[in-house]
Amino acid sequence: MKKEYLKIDKVIGPLVEMSNVKGVAYGEVVDIKNKDGEVKKGKVIRLDKDKVTIQVFENTSGLSTENSSIRFKDEAFELPLSKDILGRVFDGLGRPADMGGDVYSRNKYNINGRPINPVARKYPRDFIQTGISSIDALMTLIRGQKLPIFSGNGMPHNELAAQIVRQAKLGEGSNEDFAIVFAAIGVKHDDADFFRRSFIEANAMDRVVMFINYADDPVAERINTPRCALTAAEYLAFEEGMQILVVMSDITSYCEALREVSSAREEVPSRKGYPGYLYSDLSSLYERAGMLKDNPGSITYLPILTMPNDDITHPIPDLTGFITEGQIVLGRELFQNNFYPPVNILPSLSRLMKDGIGEGYTRKDHPDLANQLFASYSKVQEVRALSQIIGEDDLTEIDKKYMEFGRQFEERFVSQGFEENRTMEETLNLGWDILRTLPVSELNRLNPALVDEYY
Amino acid sequence: MNGRITMINGPVLRGSGMSAFKMREMVMVGEKRLIGEVIILDGDTGTVQVYEETEGLKLGEEIIPTGKPLSVKLGPGMIGNIFDGIQRPLLKIDQISKDFIPEGIGLISLDEEKLWEVEMRVEKGDYLKSGQIFGLVRESGLIEHRLLVPPGVEGMVTQAKRDGKYKIEEILLELKNNEHVHKLKMYHEWPVRNPRPVRERKEIEKLLVTGQRVLDMFFPLAKGGTCAIPGGFGTGKTMTQHQLAKWSDADIIIYIGCGERGNEMTEVLEDFPKLIDPKSNRPLMERTVLIANTSNMPVAAREASIYTGITMAEYYRDMGYDVAIMADSTSRWAEALREISGRLEEMPAEEGYPAYLSSRIAEFYERAGYVETLCEKDGSVTIIGAVSPAGGDFSEPVTENTKRYVNVFLALDKELAYARHYPAINWLDSYSGYLKVLESWYEDNLSEEAIPLRNKMLELLYRENKLLEIVMLVGEDVLPDDQRIILEISKIIKAGFLQQNAFNKEDTFVPLEKQYRMLKIIDYLYEKCKSSLALSIPISQIKNREIFDELIKMKYTVSNKDLSKIDEITSMIDVYYDELNKKYLE
Ligand SMILES: Nc1ncnc2c1ncn2[C@@H]1O[C@H](COP(=O)(O)OP(=O)(O)OP(=O)(O)O)[C@@H](O)[C@H]1O
Ligand SMILES: [Mg+2]
Repeated sequence: MKKEYLKIDKVIGPLVEMSNVKGVAYGEVVDIKNKDGEVKKGKVIRLDKDKVTIQVFENTSGLSTENSSIRFKDEAFELPLSKDILGRVFDGLGRPADMGGDVYSRNKYNINGRPINPVARKYPRDFIQTGISSIDALMTLIRGQKLPIFSGNGMPHNELAAQIVRQAKLGEGSNEDFAIVFAAIGVKHDDADFFRRSFIEANAMDRVVMFINYADDPVAERINTPRCALTAAEYLAFEEGMQILVVMSDITSYCEALREVSSAREEVPSRKGYPGYLYSDLSSLYERAGMLKDNPGSITYLPILTMPNDDITHPIPDLTGFITEGQIVLGRELFQNNFYPPVNILPSLSRLMKDGIGEGYTRKDHPDLANQLFASYSKVQEVRALSQIIGEDDLTEIDKKYMEFGRQFEERFVSQGFEENRTMEETLNLGWDILRTLPVSELNRLNPALVDEYY
Repeated sequence: MNGRITMINGPVLRGSGMSAFKMREMVMVGEKRLIGEVIILDGDTGTVQVYEETEGLKLGEEIIPTGKPLSVKLGPGMIGNIFDGIQRPLLKIDQISKDFIPEGIGLISLDEEKLWEVEMRVEKGDYLKSGQIFGLVRESGLIEHRLLVPPGVEGMVTQAKRDGKYKIEEILLELKNNEHVHKLKMYHEWPVRNPRPVRERKEIEKLLVTGQRVLDMFFPLAKGGTCAIPGGFGTGKTMTQHQLAKWSDADIIIYIGCGERGNEMTEVLEDFPKLIDPKSNRPLMERTVLIANTSNMPVAAREASIYTGITMAEYYRDMGYDVAIMADSTSRWAEALREISGRLEEMPAEEGYPAYLSSRIAEFYERAGYVETLCEKDGSVTIIGAVSPAGGDFSEPVTENTKRYVNVFLALDKELAYARHYPAINWLDSYSGYLKVLESWYEDNLSEEAIPLRNKMLELLYRENKLLEIVMLVGEDVLPDDQRIILEISKIIKAGFLQQNAFNKEDTFVPLEKQYRMLKIIDYLYEKCKSSLALSIPISQIKNREIFDELIKMKYTVSNKDLSKIDEITSMIDVYYDELNKKYLE
């Protein structure tokens, strides 16, 4: 039963209201045809008596209250998926944006997905070598983890993400079962092109699925872009058994779109005008990463977000950090001093590394070494603050060693080339090498036996 | 009479034809029979919050009353199990729908097929009172489940089953009270939003031993007490709660993952069966109940999960157990309240939270307590709630309101976490309101000196804090030696005592005696250093690297079972300082 209506009451921003409608389901997809025959997609977000509120995923400009036809599709927002999506490019609503034509599949998937049952999850424990020392040693990425990059405007988060994509050893041995799902949410054409080029350089184009919503595409479309991408990722991981890396940029644009819709709905805002359900909404994305017990596939998730004003307490990074399993934070100061990658070690964290490193995983000295590097580098911050005041010359001998440790740590350990791919072994040895600038007595996070063996 | 849906807005519905419905009544909604609860009644119109995804629901679909408030089934089968926010077993759900949680699975809770070995404790002719124990079931290797006469029910036993194997739906007893006949099964139902009655609330007097030094020796929790753990993301709330769930000496742990990560529940499910309780040598899972409403599960059920958990806790308390409940995170529960409130278009108070936020928080923490149960046993519910303040700023409404109702406040500190000082509990901002009432407990069970020693060491840390402010301005060298020694000793307290490595086998749980001896020997060293200072011995001599290192490492080098190594270190200290002093006296 297709229901078609011809009268819209109101258009407010991305919302359309109509009345005298019957038999409509909450969340049902709607096609709105304007008088030029152009079809825009929307979804029912509120039903009240005979009034229906529809959120339109495309630009509502050009819609008029008359001469439009609204058709209720009697279905939820779904994507047809098959393995043929590999190598394809879609728009932000999952429609083909390349020459490949429609995807044919008997199976269609609701883009909202369903929550993974916690008893069905497998706790992620296998580390992924990214070849980047700061990450591998200090915030080790684990297969099935959700680990965002917190960046700021102008910082090289795209380069870092591209380097991870290029170097990450995700698949077991061969790369057969490894694929990348990339979602661009409100990004500049340049940035999207950068990713496209880096996938080509990594020889990965036929293993990439792209969902692209450009900065000049409709804002409302952005709400569905990450959901389309994650639905594709779930399909490839859990139905095709593949190892999927999802890269998404920029979550901040996504949240801004959400805020826009929320304010059009006149909802009570929470912090900085973002809706009170931003946490739950972001969870419904991030929690789709992971692994399942009886399934060979995995979804590792690297969302990228730019922190407004580099402020980590801004609701977007803040709520993200409360959901994801750690974060890689980029630092403005390191960036200005030309360190690449400018990973700000102290606020960065990988919560899953504790179970994926050490003896039998990476190397037995890894946990203590990481701990010690963190602790010593945090001491460097104190010493630097002091030296700002009293001058480096007047520091105690030990403090001078900390200054030296800090320099070496940043220059040799944190920074490395965009093309440089270090093994875990090299990274850990380098860590010890730099620790040697400090006397043993300062290394109280290390098991004495490890000091004997490695120092 | 069924109602009809007239409005749908996310998890909130409105319906008409609901005048016969009751407030807080559980309802089934639509063709899929989604589960919901009546939260507002206004004449013919009712508002319902739905515990499942509402996508696909249509106006005009039915709202079916169930005649009872949102309740849990209290009986054997909870221990070792994992439930969603309204007590539906997740393992069962996984059998019904693999890997992903569907909607419309209906109301399921305790396993109705399982046979339990019941030992009856009463006979025909006995008069049973409310809350009395009428039978025993071995629920797990660790927990004896005491079958209780439900509160409000009493009477003469007219029929009683004999010992044997029964399913939970079988009637075990019939009680007669005047004309009323009560048929008792292995379980009874209880509305989650109502606290269960007790005979009497008692004064708090026992330490909840956690094996975590910063808690047991500095900011103690008490059995029947309340505690909040606020902290920004990644500061260690969940780790701390996991540590408490693993090692605290409660009989039963109820762990609620409220709006947090799925993997954290999986971690507990994978780890706890492998971890062995030090007292009983049984797997920790045998005393644990998990409730998981992860952040991506429906938000209304998140609101309910807290009540489901606390009701289970009270039930085990009523059997005479010490129960500890961990809620991670109460902020997500408050946000669920906020979200529902927003959908109801209620007038928001601070930061969009409803005006009743404060009273809801108070009601929750008030369900903690040390009590005499209806069956005249001692039991307790200890509540430990994580709080996740936005931006790590403790001045937001949930933290502030929680602070008003809890007695222990463990402030997690971002700077400490950045420096990987774990647990990142800030010793300057944290407090425990139980020190006074626990004084005699410490005297009887540890030492009369324990609390004075603790006060002295904390005092030292306060002074260190003041001194560090000066150091940050001018450097350490300008301080006189008696102040520098405070800095040195404080380093030992921080690195050697307060820092505790949850991942180290020996350090993850430390017996109280060892904690005390560790702190005492640090003080001992401090006093020795002062004696040398009094002789104007330079600090470079007093700060003997070997001894100081030894104290920092003692958490690893002193075995939990054998403290003789501490005596060795003590004599090492004696030898060194006695000789040093002698040399200078000559
Ligand atoms: N006591 C501890 N010992 C060792 N590591 C710890 C400890 N506490 C915290 N950590 C480290 O900090 C990380 C984050 O801790 P945790 O997950 O408990 O934070 P949280 O406060 O619960 O954060 P969120 O609010 O985001 O859930 C852990 O994964 C672990 O690496
Ligand atoms: Mg947590």
